[in-house]
Amino acid sequence: MSFALIIAFIQQSIRLSSTLLLGSTGEILTEKSGNLNLGTPGIMASGAISGIIGAYFYTKSSLPFNPLISVLITMLCCIVGALLVSLIYCFLTITLKTNQNVTGLALTTFGVGMSNFVGSLINSQMGGTGIAAFPEIGKAYRAALPFADKLGVFGEIFFSYGFMTYLAIVIAVAAGMIITKTRIGLNLRAVGENPATADAAGINVGRYKYFATCIGGIISGLGGLCYVMDFAAANWQNNILDQFGWLAVALVIFAVWKPNMAIIGSIIFGALYVVGSFLPSLTTKDQKLLEILPYVVTIVVLVIISMRNKKENQPPESLGMSYFREER
Amino acid sequence: MTDTKLKQNHEPLIHITKRDDSGFWKSALVHLIGIVIALMLSSLLIIAVTGQNPMALFKSMYEGVIGTPIANSGINKKYVESLHIVAILLCISLAVTPAFKMKFWNIGAEGQVLMGCLASAYCMIEFGGKMDNTVLLLVMLAASILVGAIWAVIPAICKAFWNTNETLFTLMMNYVAMTLVSYFIMVKDKSGRSDLGIINERTGYGYLPNLFERNYIFNIIIVAAVTVLMFIYLKYSKQGYEISVVGESENTARYIGINVKKVIIRTVAISGAICGLVGFMIIAGDKHSIKDDIVGGQGFTAIMVSWMAGFNPIVMIPVSMLIVFLSVGSKFATSAFKLDNSIGDILTAIVIFSIIACEFFIRYKVNFRKSVKGDKS
Amino acid sequence: METKAAIELKNITKTFGSVVANKDVNLTVNRGEILSILGENGSGKTTLMNMISGIYFPDHGQIFIDGEEVVIRSPKDAFDYKIGMIHQHFKLVDVFTATENIILGLKEGGKYDIKQAAKSIKEIADKYTFDIDPLKKIHEMSVSEKQTVEIIKVLYRGADILILDEPTAVLTPQETQKLFNVLRRMRDDGKAIIIITHKLHEVLSLSDRVAVLRKGEYIGTVETASTSESELTEMMVGKKISLNIERSEPQNPQDRLVVTDLECINREGVKVLDDITFTARSGEILGIAGIAGSGQRELLEAVAGLQKVQFGSIVYNDPKTGKEENLKDKTPLQIRELGVRLSFVPEDRLGMGLVGNMDIVDNMMLRSYRKGKSVFLERKAPKDLAEHIIEDLEVVTPGANTPVRRLSGGNVQKVLVGREIAASPTVLMAAYPVRGLDINSSYTIYNLLNEQKKKGVAVIFVGEDLDVLIELCDRIMVIGSGRITGIVDGRTATKEEIGLLMTKSKEGEHND
Repeated sequence: MSFALIIAFIQQSIRLSSTLLLGSTGEILTEKSGNLNLGTPGIMASGAISGIIGAYFYTKSSLPFNPLISVLITMLCCIVGALLVSLIYCFLTITLKTNQNVTGLALTTFGVGMSNFVGSLINSQMGGTGIAAFPEIGKAYRAALPFADKLGVFGEIFFSYGFMTYLAIVIAVAAGMIITKTRIGLNLRAVGENPATADAAGINVGRYKYFATCIGGIISGLGGLCYVMDFAAANWQNNILDQFGWLAVALVIFAVWKPNMAIIGSIIFGALYVVGSFLPSLTTKDQKLLEILPYVVTIVVLVIISMRNKKENQPPESLGMSYFREER
Repeated sequence: MTDTKLKQNHEPLIHITKRDDSGFWKSALVHLIGIVIALMLSSLLIIAVTGQNPMALFKSMYEGVIGTPIANSGINKKYVESLHIVAILLCISLAVTPAFKMKFWNIGAEGQVLMGCLASAYCMIEFGGKMDNTVLLLVMLAASILVGAIWAVIPAICKAFWNTNETLFTLMMNYVAMTLVSYFIMVKDKSGRSDLGIINERTGYGYLPNLFERNYIFNIIIVAAVTVLMFIYLKYSKQGYEISVVGESENTARYIGINVKKVIIRTVAISGAICGLVGFMIIAGDKHSIKDDIVGGQGFTAIMVSWMAGFNPIVMIPVSMLIVFLSVGSKFATSAFKLDNSIGDILTAIVIFSIIACEFFIRYKVNFRKSVKGDKS
Repeated sequence: METKAAIELKNITKTFGSVVANKDVNLTVNRGEILSILGENGSGKTTLMNMISGIYFPDHGQIFIDGEEVVIRSPKDAFDYKIGMIHQHFKLVDVFTATENIILGLKEGGKYDIKQAAKSIKEIADKYTFDIDPLKKIHEMSVSEKQTVEIIKVLYRGADILILDEPTAVLTPQETQKLFNVLRRMRDDGKAIIIITHKLHEVLSLSDRVAVLRKGEYIGTVETASTSESELTEMMVGKKISLNIERSEPQNPQDRLVVTDLECINREGVKVLDDITFTARSGEILGIAGIAGSGQRELLEAVAGLQKVQFGSIVYNDPKTGKEENLKDKTPLQIRELGVRLSFVPEDRLGMGLVGNMDIVDNMMLRSYRKGKSVFLERKAPKDLAEHIIEDLEVVTPGANTPVRRLSGGNVQKVLVGREIAASPTVLMAAYPVRGLDINSSYTIYNLLNEQKKKGVAVIFVGEDLDVLIELCDRIMVIGSGRITGIVDGRTATKEEIGLLMTKSKEGEHND
C-alpha cells in the first residue's frame, strides 16, 4: 500500500466512524436508562431522511443558498425527525410498558420504511435519476478546517474532515463525562441498573427514561445525517442506513457501554468496513469476509463479558425490562 | 367526611394498577379496537399520499392480494402467491414461538432462515445433477434444518451456561449470516456480477415439484403441516409442556426436576431447525436463487407476529394474513402512483404499534381521581 | 414528651385485591423515641411502613407530620418530610460505591463532588460510630455493611424520622448490638425511630414504646417499661384459642427420614443451616416452629434436592424395601427415580409449587407429566384428578380449566396440597400451608394432613401459628438462626415455652 493510500484509508475510516460513533453514543445513553432500543437503525434512517427533507425544501425554495443556513436547516430537521420517532418508542415502552424488543423492531421497520418511502418520493420529484442529491449541501458538510492542508500529513489525518466528525467526538466525550462524572449521569445509571432503587431514592424513573431515550435518539439520528450528508456527500440512497444502525448497536457492546471506548471502537469498525477497498491485493470476496469481523468481534466480547461475569462490564441490569412501581 | 375529601384532592390524578385478568372477550375486543385504529391510521396515510377514497383503496388492496381470474381461463394465480407469502411469514413466526414462550428472546430468525437458504443453495449448486432429484431435495432439507439449528444453538448454549444476553447475540448472528451469504455468492459466481441468478435454471435440479400444476403449493402444504404440528407440540407434548413451565417460572421448573439448561438448548434448536426449513422452502420452492436480502426482513416481522398472536399458532394465521394483506395490498394499491414498495413496511409497523399499545389496557387498569366532579375552585 | 408527634397515622387502610393488608391503623411516634412495631409475619407491618415512605398509596386514612396533614405520593415526598426507610431488601445499586448510592437522587446545589461527599459520609459515620469504606462497591460488601450504607443514606439526606424494617434479621448478635448502640445514639440526637421486628427481646431492650399489629389490625401501643414479654406475646399472637383440631395417637411410628448434621450455605455465602439433626417418623406430624427466615425454607428445600448441602446426610428409609437412600446431592428427579415418594408443598405457591398462568389440569401434571413413554401428554388422568380434588376439597373455581392465578388463596392451596397428596407420598413436607387462608380452608388443610398421618405418612409441617402447631403436631422442632433450639412434645408444650425457644439463637444460651 502506498503512503497516499494509507492516508486515504485512515481518512475514510474516520469519516465512516463518525456515523457509527454518533449512532452508538445515542444508543449507549438510551441503554443506560434500561431501554434496549432496537429501533436505532430506524431512528438513524429517520434522522437522515429528515435532513434530506430539509435539504429538498431549502434548495427548492427561492432563498439564496447559504452553506451555513443549509447545515442548520438540515440539522434542525434531523433533530426534529429523530425526536418524533424516539417519542413513539418512549410512549409505547415507557408509558404503555410494551415489550421493548417488539417495539424496537417495529420502529426499525417503520423508520427504515418511512425513509425509503420519502427518499423515493423526493427522488422522483427531482427527476427520478435514482439518487436524490444535494451537492452544495454535501460540500458544506464536508468543508475541512481551513488550515488542514497547510499542515501536511498531520493536517490530512487530523483536520481534513467535516465538522460532524469533531462534533461526534465532542458528543461522545461529553456523554462519557455526563454518565460518569455528573449527578444526572449517576441517576441515569441507577435507573438502568435498578429502577426500583432509583425510584425509592426519589428519582423520576419515567422522566429519566424519556429524556435519555429521546436525547439518545437525537444523537443517533445525527449519526444517520452524518452518513448521508458527509460520508455520502448528500446523496440519498435507499436501504443503506440500517446496516450502520445495527453496527452501532453492536458497537455499544464492543465498547462495554462506555462512550470513550466507542470512539476507538468506531474507528476500528469503520476501518474494518472500508479496509477491503484499500487493499488492492485483496479480492472482493476477501473484502466481504472482512466485513464479518465487527460482528464476530462483538459476539466474542459479549460472550467473554458474560463468562467473566465481572459486575462492572455487564449490560445495565434492568436492560430490556419495563418498570412498574407496584409490581408485586 | 370533610377530611376524606381534602385528602382525595391530593391523590395522584392518574393511578395505574395491574389487572389480574380480563376475560377472553374483553381482550378480543381490545385487540379488535387496536386493529380498527391501525386500519384507520393506515388508510389515512395512504389517502394522504395518493388521494384515493378509502373504499376504492381497500378494494384495490383486496384485488392486489386476492387478484382476479385471468380472462377466459378462470385461473387466478395471485391468491396462491399471496397465500405463499403468508405461509412463509407464518412458518417463521411458528419457528420463533417455542423459544419466545420460554422467554428466550431469539431475534435471529432472519439469520437462521438465511443460513437455511445458504445450505440449500449450496447443495443445489454442488450436488445438482450428481444425484437423484428426490435425494437432492432430501439432502437440501436436512442440510438446511441442521444449519438453521446450529445457528440458533450457538447463542442458546452461551445463554444456558453463562447467561449471555441472547437478544444481542442472535441479532449479531443475523449480520454474520448476511455477510457469509454475500461471500458465498462471490465465491460461487464466476461472472463477477455478484449475482448467482437463478440456480439450475435449465435443469431444475433441487426444485420442489409443482403440485396441482401450481407453484408454491408444496410449500403451503408444508407450512400447514408445521402449523398443526407446532400447535400440537406446544399444547399436547411433554416437551411443549416443559417449555411453558420454564417460561413461566424457572423456580417451578427446578422444583419439579426439569433440567432448565437442557430445555433451553433443545427448544432453541427446534426454533432454528424450523427457520432452516423455511430457508429450504424459499430456495427449493420459490426463489431458486440466493441473495443476502432474500429473507427480506420477514425474520423480524415474524417476531412481531408471534408476539401479537400471544404465541398461539392458530391465532398466528389471521395475524400473518392481516400483515400480508396490508403490505402486499398497499404495494398494489399504490403501484399506480409510482410509490416506493416500502409503504408496506410502514403500514406493518403502524399495525404493530396499534396492537401492542392496546395490550396496555388488557394488562393494566387506569384509575382516575375519583373526586374530580364539580368542586374545582 | 408533650410535643407534637413526629408522625401520626389515622385510620390507615390498604388492600391488595381482596387481601386487606392494613385496616384502620392508628399510630403515633414522637421525636427522641424508639418505637417498635411488633407483629407476626403477614400482620401488615411492612405494608404500613411502605405507605409512610411513599412506596404504596393508602386507600383510606390520613397521615400527619408534626401535626399537619400530608400526602405522601412518592418516595420523593417522603424525603421532603425527612422520612427515611431502611428496607428489609436493600435498595442499593450493586455496581455503585457506597458514596454513589448514598448521594443517589439528591438535588444538592453546587458541584457534583464525590470526594467531598465521601468526606461528609465519613463524618456522619464517625458521629454515630459506624464503620464504613465510602468507596467500596456494594457487591463487594457483607450484608451488615450494606445495611450501614442504607442507614447512612437516609441520615445523609437529613432524615429525622427513620424506619427500619427487620434490621436485625440478617445480622449476627454482635452486629445487632452495634446497630442498637447506633440507634440509641440517634434517639438521643432527637430523631424519631421506628423499628419493625418480631423479636421480643430486642423490643424490650431497645424501644421506648411498642405498637402491636395482628393480621393487619392495630392492637395497641404500650410503654416498654410497663410491659412484659408475656403481655406482648399475648398481644402479638392473641389469646390462646382452642381450635379443636383433632390429633390421633401415632400408629406404629418408624423412622422415615433421618437428617444428621446438616449444613447449608446460601447463594450469598451465608450459613443458613447448621448442625441440624432430627428424625421424621411415619404416622406422625413433626411441626417446625421458628421466626420466619430462620432456615425453614432451606431445610425443606435441602431435603427436596433444591438446596445445595455442604455437609451432613439425609437418609430415607424405604418402607417397602427397607433400603436406605442418602438424598444428599441428589436432584429432585434423581430422588423421584430412586422411588422416594416425597411430596413438598412449598411456601411460594404460585412461584414454585404451581404455575399461575396454567389451569388446574395442567398444574396437576407438574408432578406426573413424565409418566409413560409417549411423547404426548396424557391429560385424562390429571383431568380426573383435578375434578376429584375440586369436588373433594370443595375448591371454588369456574372449572378445571381456570388458570390457578384467578383462584383465591385458599383454593390455590387446596389445589397444591391436593396434588401433592395425590402422589400418595411417604413423606409430606408443607411450608406455611395455611398462610393467608380463611378458617374453613385452614381446617380443610389440617384434616388433610391428619389423614395423611393416619395413612402412615411422615408429615413435616412448618407453621407460624403456635396455637395450631401445639394442637396439630405430635412433636415440635424449634429452629432459630439456622440451628435447632429444641424439640418439644406437642401434647405438653406451651406457647410460651416455644416462643422462648424461638428467640433463642443457640441451644443453652438465651438473650434476655
